[in-house]
Amino acid sequence: MRLKVNPIACEAHGMCAELLPERIALDEWGYPILDERPLPPELTALAKRAAEACPTFALLIERD
Amino acid sequence: MSTPERAPAGLPRLLAGMPEHGALGLADHRAIHGELPYGTRRERRGAGELVELVEQAGLRGRGGAAFPVARKLRAVTAAAGRTPLGKRPIVLANASEGEPASGKDRLLLESLPHLVLDGGVLAARAVGADELIVCVDESAGAALRSLTRALSERERAGGDGLRIAIQIVPHGYVSGQESALVNLCSGGPAKPTLTPPMPFQRGVRRRPTLINNAETLAQLALIARHGSRWFRALGTPAEPGSGLVTLSGAIAYPGVYEIEQGAPLPALIEAAGGSTSSVRAVLLGGYGGTWVDGVAIPQLALANEQLAAHGASLGAGVVVLLSEQACPVAEVARVTRWLATQSAGQCGPCVHGLDAIAGAIEALAHAAATAGVGERIARWCSLANGRGACRHPDGAVRFITSGLEVFAEEFADHARHGRCEACASAPELPLPDDVALAVAA
Amino acid sequence: MTPIDAVASSTYWYLTRSTGAVALLLLTLSLALGIAGVSRFSSPRWPRFVLDSLHRNVSLLALAFLLVHIVTAVLDSFAPISLIDAFVPFAGSYRPFWLGLGAISFDLLLAVTLTSLVRRRLGYGAWRATHWLAYACWPIALLHGLGTGSDVKSAWLLGLSIACLAIVGLAVGVRAIAGWPEHARVRGAALGATAAFALFLVLWLPGGPLGHGWAQRSGTPASLLGHATTHTTSAKAGR
Repeated sequence: MRLKVNPIACEAHGMCAELLPERIALDEWGYPILDERPLPPELTALAKRAAEACPTFALLIERD
Repeated sequence: MSTPERAPAGLPRLLAGMPEHGALGLADHRAIHGELPYGTRRERRGAGELVELVEQAGLRGRGGAAFPVARKLRAVTAAAGRTPLGKRPIVLANASEGEPASGKDRLLLESLPHLVLDGGVLAARAVGADELIVCVDESAGAALRSLTRALSERERAGGDGLRIAIQIVPHGYVSGQESALVNLCSGGPAKPTLTPPMPFQRGVRRRPTLINNAETLAQLALIARHGSRWFRALGTPAEPGSGLVTLSGAIAYPGVYEIEQGAPLPALIEAAGGSTSSVRAVLLGGYGGTWVDGVAIPQLALANEQLAAHGASLGAGVVVLLSEQACPVAEVARVTRWLATQSAGQCGPCVHGLDAIAGAIEALAHAAATAGVGERIARWCSLANGRGACRHPDGAVRFITSGLEVFAEEFADHARHGRCEACASAPELPLPDDVALAVAA
Repeated sequence: MTPIDAVASSTYWYLTRSTGAVALLLLTLSLALGIAGVSRFSSPRWPRFVLDSLHRNVSLLALAFLLVHIVTAVLDSFAPISLIDAFVPFAGSYRPFWLGLGAISFDLLLAVTLTSLVRRRLGYGAWRATHWLAYACWPIALLHGLGTGSDVKSAWLLGLSIACLAIVGLAVGVRAIAGWPEHARVRGAALGATAAFALFLVLWLPGGPLGHGWAQRSGTPASLLGHATTHTTSAKAGR
């Protein structure tokens, strides 16, 4: 499982970075910089929560 | 269906019978190239055969991505087979040509429309499509008129057995991007969408969509007539056949030329009357492409394989020569600002990144940049690269980065002393008329 | 009525009024939190995800209190309110217009809540469009409370209503003014609508719910009019 962002839907609300700082940082304009490595099992629940929290459904979790 | 007696040996191939004015009519077109193969009922079952032919010919897309055409044809056919209720695929002929320094697709439509239409019809038959849409830029009036006339000619001659429509594409650098075209033809704006799903899976009106550049279809029209061996008689093993290149800038006779893939760039320059002054650098691939120092020109060959060694590619066949008289800093600044305005405005990193870089380069050009501007530009380039829905920011970053490298001296000079004499001269890199010249002010 | 019926009946009466008031307060807080979210307000103590979570939870809590408010109103034998009246406006016999406003407000809140629960399936565009109904839901709920409630003249309900109005007014005001003059038309309309609503209340309340004989004017069935005073007096006496 990996994180992916829909850059068109993303409006830089930043909730994802608050909820998953281990894998998501924000650039100087507030847009997410994703660590694209596979998600370890201990981060899966947090990642799902972050994706659910995104107001515009921009954060996606991709299954490989 | 091969007509060996008509198969041109050498060049020209696509540009054979190129009229001085106006377009090559249907009758003349048939006289030169022969009838459209796979036209009769018996031959129509040879759709799979055509795909085989294209694969053996090794035809690659001419829109810039150089994707193997046979693979695309197969992907669309397979996707169509998988759709419930067997949705018929649809074919888009992309002649929108948003690249300012490219003119080949416009030329094909204006002068040789039947070659493009033949290719479109053949591609439709190959994938089982019942509709072909030709996408034309809104400002290409002559191309549009020529296309319309060509379509009525074909209709009077009995038609091609499928619906052919014209889609006007609003002017814009990213409007001709594949997903943007799909978006537009489906009733939306001409703006890129998130992929996957790719157009070949789900495109216009949710149907599997085949999108090919106008020149690619023209090549297809000839391969279907003369075969794969004929096609491979020119070019290199990896990049066979001929190609159209738009040569502009400091050249005696700028325009569209048909070359053998892999031909040396100096040979093309000579064929075009030679450069009008010494060449500082050459831009390959358009404004999403790469700058190469002028001294390397003797080693450059017009094939992506060879150009890769210089970090460059031909893109949609665009070659621009920048003279020694031009100010490369002013040119790069001007085009960078234009690229920033051409963003579809959908993705933050592209909108903010390109704007920030354009501002920094403009500041550099006026010696108004603060310390560390090089690092900032590099950071913004890495932030913009790969973080958009389409490859526009990637191309812009490539253009900018290679420009900063090749013109390092001129940039350092401007950073210290500001505008040079050449800054005020007329710009050499072409941009659409409606662009404000930021650096000329 | 036996004493037990009377006690049970007044329990429902208390419950419906109190849960209604709490639901209004929670709805107000939910609106304010939602506006804070769309304004992208955040602080180190209150990160975005906390405010967003709060907004969702407060909304669900408001709905929970609203459900109790409805059920107890139906169960209460004093006023002839049936369950249908909670969903279908203006069909009841007890203060039909003002109760009907409550039904409308409830329907809107249901729409907003249910669409939010399935928003992934609905898609962003459709979800966002329906969510705007929240801005209609709130003033209608407030009017319902002022028109239907028999405690309107009491300080606590009036004070609560004014406080809710103030909270929403502040939230809308801050949101509309920040970032001015972008989208000036919409911002102006929002400010105008809020101000107009407040003005309407100021002009209407004294002659309306706070005025004389409101119970009769608002559509309380004649059979209950005489009992209204005895019921409240006995309830007060029971305290």
